[in-house]
Amino acid sequence: MSTPTDFLLWVRGPGFDIALVIFIIGVIIRLLEVLVLGRKPDQAEPRGGELGPGLRTVVTRTLPETGSFKRAPFTVIGGYIWHIGFFISLFLFVPHIELINATLGLIWPGIPSNLVDAVAAVTIVTLIAMLFSRLSHPVKRYLSGPEDYVTWLVTFLPMLTGYLAYHRMIDPYPLVLGLHILSVELLMVVFPFTKLMHAFTFIIARWYNGAMAGRRGVQS
Amino acid sequence: MSGATLERGMNAFREQMNAPIASFFSSCVNCGMCAEACLFYTETDDPKYTPINKLEPLRRVWEQEYTIWGKVKSILGLTEPVTDELLAEWEELVYDGCTLCGRCSMVCPVGNDISYMIRRAREGFVAAGYAPEGIKGASRRAITIGSPMGVKFPALAAQIKHVEADTGLSIPVDVEGVDYMALLSSMEIMNFPEYLEALARIFKQAGVSWTISSKAFEATNSGIQIGSSDIARELVSRVVSEAEKLKVKYVISPECGHAYTAIRWEGPNLIGRPYNFKVVHILELLDELRATGRIKTEGTEDDRLTFHDPCQIVRKGGVLEQPRNLLEMVTSDYVDMTDSREMNWCCGGGGGVSANERAEELRLKVFKRKKSQLDELNVDTLVTACANCRLIIEEGLEEYRMEMPVVGLTEMIAEHLVEDKE
Repeated sequence: MSTPTDFLLWVRGPGFDIALVIFIIGVIIRLLEVLVLGRKPDQAEPRGGELGPGLRTVVTRTLPETGSFKRAPFTVIGGYIWHIGFFISLFLFVPHIELINATLGLIWPGIPSNLVDAVAAVTIVTLIAMLFSRLSHPVKRYLSGPEDYVTWLVTFLPMLTGYLAYHRMIDPYPLVLGLHILSVELLMVVFPFTKLMHAFTFIIARWYNGAMAGRRGVQS
Repeated sequence: MSGATLERGMNAFREQMNAPIASFFSSCVNCGMCAEACLFYTETDDPKYTPINKLEPLRRVWEQEYTIWGKVKSILGLTEPVTDELLAEWEELVYDGCTLCGRCSMVCPVGNDISYMIRRAREGFVAAGYAPEGIKGASRRAITIGSPMGVKFPALAAQIKHVEADTGLSIPVDVEGVDYMALLSSMEIMNFPEYLEALARIFKQAGVSWTISSKAFEATNSGIQIGSSDIARELVSRVVSEAEKLKVKYVISPECGHAYTAIRWEGPNLIGRPYNFKVVHILELLDELRATGRIKTEGTEDDRLTFHDPCQIVRKGGVLEQPRNLLEMVTSDYVDMTDSREMNWCCGGGGGVSANERAEELRLKVFKRKKSQLDELNVDTLVTACANCRLIIEEGLEEYRMEMPVVGLTEMIAEHLVEDKE
């Protein structure tokens, strides 16, 4: 890896494979760790079903409850903006789609690059604002530990390096592109060992919440 | 509660671990939204009362023993163990600073049922010896005397006699083969005997065949509040064996929130089998009597009224519309609180907090939430359906010098009952 091109070749090749394996195996293990614990059958006579209310809560929890939204609008709106911005940047940027097509054979339409660029800029700014909020809001500051800041960083870096690469703000280009891919690999490697896992487990958590309430006749 | 040790506490934590809890801890991103739903945070601004923070001991057990990565971190010395000091510090958060109201569980963006976890975490706290003296005492009295307030059957027999003398009705005791066995809370026996009178009159009019058991009349369950399945199981078993002995078809849970959770939802799981009878909340039964035309009312309350939804009956019990149907019968100027039904705010005294003298100052402080809900409405009277909420609200109103009668819904229905003259 003596030259930027060598570096790029490594992160695109073996580096990516290593990260992908850690990500996939790690996520599967983490999901199994949750699911194998199971739960005892509930002996109380149910008032309502579990499946319907459970699935409904998986969907409806995407919207905030009015009262808590009014009390913490920044957390909610900021959360929406950066999550949506992150997914637009990841899945609707044409070069990303081409990469996914080349690897998995899946393809879908992208959106114009300058639009992704604008979304990415907003996302980056929002992520920085979210970090300030975490450092200053009494509850978030109190709750946060090293893991919260590590997960913020590994989420932020792909956005930042992607932006720098797109605008060719670092020379030479293979270096900045390599750094971008490396940051994504860092995210993938860190993912299964941290609360980034919520991207998968929130579905299980919401389902249990909705199902347990649904049994009692309440839509949670 | 004797022989409580950290090791027993850890074992109790482990016994509680399951897929829901693991999915909840895996999903929490420390967004802090649960704090905004908790009256202990909103009324104190102290971040330690953030609901998810109350679960730090249980979270450590999960991370360090139920995730491979957590085990590796422990070996590397990157985690902090659960210690006596930790449990001692967290005891106040788990018992004084949580009423198990379940409001946080309704707002968590990733869907964590936080109050479900706190109920379970208490199992570990009590097994390790970290539970408030007040609830310990109530549990001890419940086991040895049969009631957390130390009420024995002779006290109930005296109330029955009073009611019989006042109404000319007879209240059946230990009658076999009737349809319904009614439970009472000690608080109803001692503070609100109007409830018993209301039952007698309504059931007489509706032709409900019922009885009270002299051996299992107590509905409350301190075991649920302190978080000891052993105590809770013993208390539930008394009701179950008596109901099955009297061969009743239904057991009626009274106007008491956690009693309903105990007998309706936790009970069958505590004894490990479904019952041979059904459990109905008194409001469910009254609403059914209304719907089938077995009770009729006349006249309405002139006052402007609102209803305080008891958390365990409404949000965590699913009895949502019945109180409204009943209120519609007897009110002309009824108004719901801004946050009502499954999003209502707790009175501040549920989940054993009212039995925990140490928590009184905090409880009265967080009552400000209920106060501001009431201030918004400009109502004359508050109706509720839980003897514990009722007492806590009366104390809160007194503390904040608010003059407002607090009435039980069952007795309000009885007051308007159309009764046949014999």
